[in-house]
Amino acid sequence: MAIYGSVRRFWRSFSTFSSDPLRVCIVGSGPAGFYTAEKVLKAQEGAQVDIVDRLPTPFGLVRSGVAPDHPETKIVVNQFTRVAQNGRCSFLGNVNLGSAVSLPELRELYHVVVLAYGAESDRTLGIPGEDFYGIHSAREFVWWYNGHPDYRNFNPDLTNTHTAVILGQGNVALDVARILLRPTNELATTDIAEHALAALRSSSIRKVYLIGRRGPAQAACTAKELREILGIKDLQIHIQESDLLKSPADEEELKNSRIQRRVYDLLSKAASAKDLHSKLDHRELHFTFFRKPDRFLESDDRSEHVSGVHLEKTRLIGDESGRQVAVGTEEFEDVKCEMVLKSIGYKSIPAKGLPFDHQRGIIPNIRGRVVSETSGDSALPEQGLYVCGWLKRGPTGIIGTNLYCAEETVSSISEDLQKGLLQPTTRKSGRDGLLQLLDDRNVRVVSFREWEKIDSEERRLGSLRNKPREKLASWDELQRACWG
Amino acid sequence: MENNLFHASIMQKNCLYSTTSSNDASGEEAEQKQKISVTFVDKDGEEKHIKVPIGMSMLEAAHENDIELEGACEGSLACSTCHVIVMNMEYYNKLEDPSDEENDMLDLAFGLTETSRLGCQVIAKPELEGIRLAIPAATRNFAVDGCYRQEEARI
Repeated sequence: MAIYGSVRRFWRSFSTFSSDPLRVCIVGSGPAGFYTAEKVLKAQEGAQVDIVDRLPTPFGLVRSGVAPDHPETKIVVNQFTRVAQNGRCSFLGNVNLGSAVSLPELRELYHVVVLAYGAESDRTLGIPGEDFYGIHSAREFVWWYNGHPDYRNFNPDLTNTHTAVILGQGNVALDVARILLRPTNELATTDIAEHALAALRSSSIRKVYLIGRRGPAQAACTAKELREILGIKDLQIHIQESDLLKSPADEEELKNSRIQRRVYDLLSKAASAKDLHSKLDHRELHFTFFRKPDRFLESDDRSEHVSGVHLEKTRLIGDESGRQVAVGTEEFEDVKCEMVLKSIGYKSIPAKGLPFDHQRGIIPNIRGRVVSETSGDSALPEQGLYVCGWLKRGPTGIIGTNLYCAEETVSSISEDLQKGLLQPTTRKSGRDGLLQLLDDRNVRVVSFREWEKIDSEERRLGSLRNKPREKLASWDELQRACWG
Repeated sequence: MENNLFHASIMQKNCLYSTTSSNDASGEEAEQKQKISVTFVDKDGEEKHIKVPIGMSMLEAAHENDIELEGACEGSLACSTCHVIVMNMEYYNKLEDPSDEENDMLDLAFGLTETSRLGCQVIAKPELEGIRLAIPAATRNFAVDGCYRQEEARI
């Protein structure tokens, strides 16, 4: 508590240097939040930017989403760290929007609030049996192997599982398939959570299905991730060559998309490659196209436990926008499995008191300006409230997408300032006010310096195991490391 | 390796600054030979002319010269934020073909063109003297054209 108090005094003395700066609060410290902070600091000289996060750790999905065997993708945290160390920027971890502080309170304290808290929930299929044991969302599985403190006790049963079905063929689907199939000695030197590594070591999974509604010409993954999984040691790849037949509409689609073309080519090469070395302990990966889940099958031995997926075959038809969509053919087949991971998309959680577009999973906005309920053609902007990242455009894209997304939102803020739609002349108490409010509510803030304590403890633990870091994967451990 | 080259050149440059007063013209020539002229055209169309030591990547060169070129993965081929467009096909053809890994990242670049490359993979060499590189104006593409849609299916 003493440390916290002195930090607060420091902040207070600091903020008196400049008179009435523009005070900006960003909710969420993932790529969207940090890129927004970086752009605001650059565009608005003198602006004070606070990034709040519900976790004690910053960087959002760079920490809990990016696969442990993709360390290069995480290098961007160096850039985000430089942003956090900017004298006009602060990270305030352990601050939950909703329970610690409400949105109206934040809007009262700051001139500008940018919501960038991403998508912490999942789309659902809405088919029978979806609640059976053994069925999880890919997000849960990812958060578990990445040491997210909310999923420390997730414990998926990999020892009684021979076959896993992954619904979806995007990069998240490929990530989880790769983690399930990759030799664990290769994962052991990554920053994968130790509890996940132990479970994977005793995994009995030998067969994984990646199931997609459409065909190889429409697969939603990228070439890098596909190349990677196709190259796993001792892994047999199964792709039905008949699935690779292209319709004229497929040809057209491929002609227009470089990435789809390259993905298709990789798949067809993999399909025609003859497997020369069939080892006894091999693992299998099946790319299953043109199938959609109809319902989940229940195990006879284990009540309410999944034992398979009832799939409907599909075919593609062009919709009015020229896009090819999958429709059922009323032909069915079953795939037996003991575990299902649904990788059909993330979903944002609505912010209390704000409109939410459930169809697209976003807060309605115009170039990042939050708009209240639209009536007819007119949309009313919510003064000083903005949105960035997945909450703004839906849960798609890569880390770099947020760069452009943030640029757009921040230029909207700058335009509104210029037009006088925001009132930076009004005195707002910003960080001091927020810290006071949190103090009154006994919410203990994690500063960036305290996160750095977590960081160095994780690196120290990692070095003992020949890993870049060993994540502290429970709330207790995290709190002990920073406040200890 | 590239870094060493780079530091060596900086050292040399500092050295030269302190000795040019003694009319060491031959030294200056040698120095010129080891650098090429590169023009960056930024998002707003503004040009910046810089000298880049042989062996240095355009990403490093941009950062050394305060040119706004993102480099999220710091040149480790894990992102496409240092996307540049070679403005002249003739120069583009002087470059080695992109590797599969670079192409994988270019797949995801905003506003990809026929002569797009990653700045971290374009390494200064004498044949590239005079090369012009445009930094794509991605913001405009972002909301307007097909790039946004193409991105939508990917995660």
